[in-house]
Amino acid sequence: MTHPIISFQNVSKRFGKTTAVDNVSLTINEGEFFSLLGPSGCGKTTLLRMLAGFEMPTEGHILIDGKDVSLTPPNQRPVNMVFQSYAVFPHMTVLDNVAYGLKMDGVPAAERRDRAEEALGLVQLAGYGARKPDQLSGGQRQRVALARALVKKPRVLLLDEPLSALDAKLRDAMRSELTSLQQKVGITFIMVTHDQDEALAMATRCAVMNRGLLQQVATPSDLYEFPNSRFVADFIGSVNMFEGTLDVDEPDHAIIATTEAGPIYLDHGVTGATGTTVWAAVRPEKIEMHKRTDTPPKVDDAPEGYNVIAGTVRHLVYLGSESIYEVEITGGKLIKVVRPNLTRWDQEDFVIGEAVWLSFHACSPAVLLS
Amino acid sequence: MEQGWRQAKGMFWAMLTAPLFWLVVFFFVPLGIVWLYSFGENRGLIDIVFTGTWSNYAHIFDLTQPYLDIFVKSLWIATLTTFFCLVLGFPVALAITFAPPKAKAWLLLLVMLPFWTNLLIRTYALMAFLRTEGYINTTYHVLFDMANAVAGGHLGTFQPMELMNTNFAVVLGLVFVNLPFMILPLYSTLDRMDRSLLEASLDLGAGHISTLFNIVVPMAGAGIVSGILITFIPALGSYLTPDMLGGPDSQMIANVIESQFKRANNWPFGAALSFILVYMTFIGIAIQGLLERKDAGRSA
Repeated sequence: MTHPIISFQNVSKRFGKTTAVDNVSLTINEGEFFSLLGPSGCGKTTLLRMLAGFEMPTEGHILIDGKDVSLTPPNQRPVNMVFQSYAVFPHMTVLDNVAYGLKMDGVPAAERRDRAEEALGLVQLAGYGARKPDQLSGGQRQRVALARALVKKPRVLLLDEPLSALDAKLRDAMRSELTSLQQKVGITFIMVTHDQDEALAMATRCAVMNRGLLQQVATPSDLYEFPNSRFVADFIGSVNMFEGTLDVDEPDHAIIATTEAGPIYLDHGVTGATGTTVWAAVRPEKIEMHKRTDTPPKVDDAPEGYNVIAGTVRHLVYLGSESIYEVEITGGKLIKVVRPNLTRWDQEDFVIGEAVWLSFHACSPAVLLS
Repeated sequence: MEQGWRQAKGMFWAMLTAPLFWLVVFFFVPLGIVWLYSFGENRGLIDIVFTGTWSNYAHIFDLTQPYLDIFVKSLWIATLTTFFCLVLGFPVALAITFAPPKAKAWLLLLVMLPFWTNLLIRTYALMAFLRTEGYINTTYHVLFDMANAVAGGHLGTFQPMELMNTNFAVVLGLVFVNLPFMILPLYSTLDRMDRSLLEASLDLGAGHISTLFNIVVPMAGAGIVSGILITFIPALGSYLTPDMLGGPDSQMIANVIESQFKRANNWPFGAALSFILVYMTFIGIAIQGLLERKDAGRSA
C-alpha cells in the first residue's frame, strides 16, 4: 500500500539570486492526499509547478513512478493540475473543456464524449456539458477544472490552492467533497495551500515549508502535537512558547528553567545537551485555569512547584462552544488559554482582571530545539 | 467624480460645446459639402451645380470604365497587406508578450519607432532598397558575380530584379507602414490573456503548436479583428505608397480620387469615388460590430 509514486531527490530551484526551493527531498506514496503547506513565498507552489513540469529544477531529480521526469515537458507527464484560477478555457463549452485533454491524446470523438460526460457526472455537473464557462458559478467552474484533470486518469492530481477563490460556505462543502472524491477515484492528490485548517482537515499527510526549506513532513495530528520546530508549532494552530535552558535531562524526565514560567517539568527525556537553549510549546487548550488561592495547584504528573504560573486575566473572547482567555503573567507576556464551555455557566467562571493560576501537565509541552 | 453627466447637465454641455463645434464645422459640414458634390455636375471650369444626379455613381459602376476594376484591385491589395501584416505581426506580438519584462519595453519602443519618422522619409528609405541600383540589387549583383565566377561564366550577364514600380513594391510598402497597427492591438489582447490557460493546455497534453491554434488564436480573436480593421481601412485608402512605389498599373482608389480632384478637375466624380470608399469603410466597421455583438452575446 505504501508504494512511492513521487520522489523529490535533493531538489533546488533558484530564480536568479533567490532560492525558491532549497534542497528538498520528499517521497509521496500512492493513494495519499498530500498537502504542501506554508506561508506565501515558501516555495510550495514552485515545488508543485516543478512536479507539473512548468519549472525545471536547478538541481536534483524528480521521479514519478520511479522514472526521472526532471526535464520532461508538462504534456508528457502522467500528472494533471487544477489551477488556482481554474483556467477553464472560456471559448469552449464545458464538454469541450473536459474532452480537451483526451482530444490531445488522440482519443476517438465518441469515446471522448462518453468519458467527458462520465467525468462531469463524477463532479456532479451532469447535464452542464453544453454550457459556456461564463454561465457557471465559481464553484461550478472549479468542478469543470477538476473533471478536466480527472478525465485523463492521471497518476497524480495536483491542486493549487483549490479552495482559496471560493466563499466560506462553499469552501467547507468543497473540503469534504474533495476528500470523498479522492477516496472514490483512488488517485494520489497533492494540494498546495497556505491555510492550515484546510491542510489539517483534508490531508492524510502534510509537508510544512518555510523559505524554500522543508520543515516537517507528518500527519496532521503529529504536526499539531509533535511539531519539530518553533516555526511549525507557531504556523499550525496557536501556541504559547516559553524559552529556557535545559537544566536536567534524564531518560524519564527533564526540567527546563524558564524566566517567564518558572521551571517546567517534562515526563520524558530530551535528546539535547544540558545548558542549551530550548523552547517549550504549550497549546492553549492544554492549559488549565484555576481561581487564585494562597497555595498554587499541584499538577498530578509533576512535582510540587512545577508547571504552575500566576497571572491575571486581561482579555476574554466568548466563542459559544469555547472561550479564549489571554492571561498576563510576570514579565508582561500574554498566555492564551482555551476553555470549552461544558455547562451553560462556564463562561462566568472568570472575569477580566481576575487573578488566576495557570497549570499544565508534564506531558503537554512540546520541546523544540530550534 | 462619480457623478454622472445627468446630474451635471450644464457642465456636460459646456464641456462639450468646443469639441462639438470643431466636429461640426470642420468635419461634418465639409463632408456634407463633398457628399452634395457627388450628386452634382460641372458647369464651366470652376462651378459645380447640385442637380441630384446619380450619374457620378453610375459612372463608377460602368463596366466599360476602369473604376470598378481599380476598386477591386484596391480591395485586393488591402486584403493582401492585411494578411501579411497578420501573419508577420502575430509572431512578433506573441514574442513581445512572452519577452522578459525589461526587454518588453524596448521591443514595444522598436515597434512604435516608425511612428516618429515621417511617412515620406520611410517610403524614400524603402525606395533606396528597391531601386534597380538599390541595396537589394547591389547585394544580388555581388552574389551573382561570385556565383558566376564559380560557375565559370555560365550564368550569363547580370539582370537586376525589377522591384520598384510594381504591385509587389506597393504591398511591401503598405505592410511596412501598417505592421505596427497590427502588432499593437494583437499585443494588448495577448498580454491580457491568463497565462494559466496556456499552462492548462500544456498540462492536458497539448504541444506548443496545438496550444497556439486551440487556445491562443481563439482567445486573441478580438485583437485579431481590431488589428485587421485598423490595418485594412488605411491600406484601402492609401495614397502615398502606391503613388511612390507603384507602377502605372498600381493605382489605388485614392490615387484616382486625387487625379479627379486635381488633373481631371472633376470634383463631383471625385466626391462620388470618395463616398464609395467611405461606405466600404462603414461596411468594414459594421462587420466588426456584428462580430463583437456575437461575441458579447456568447459571453452574456
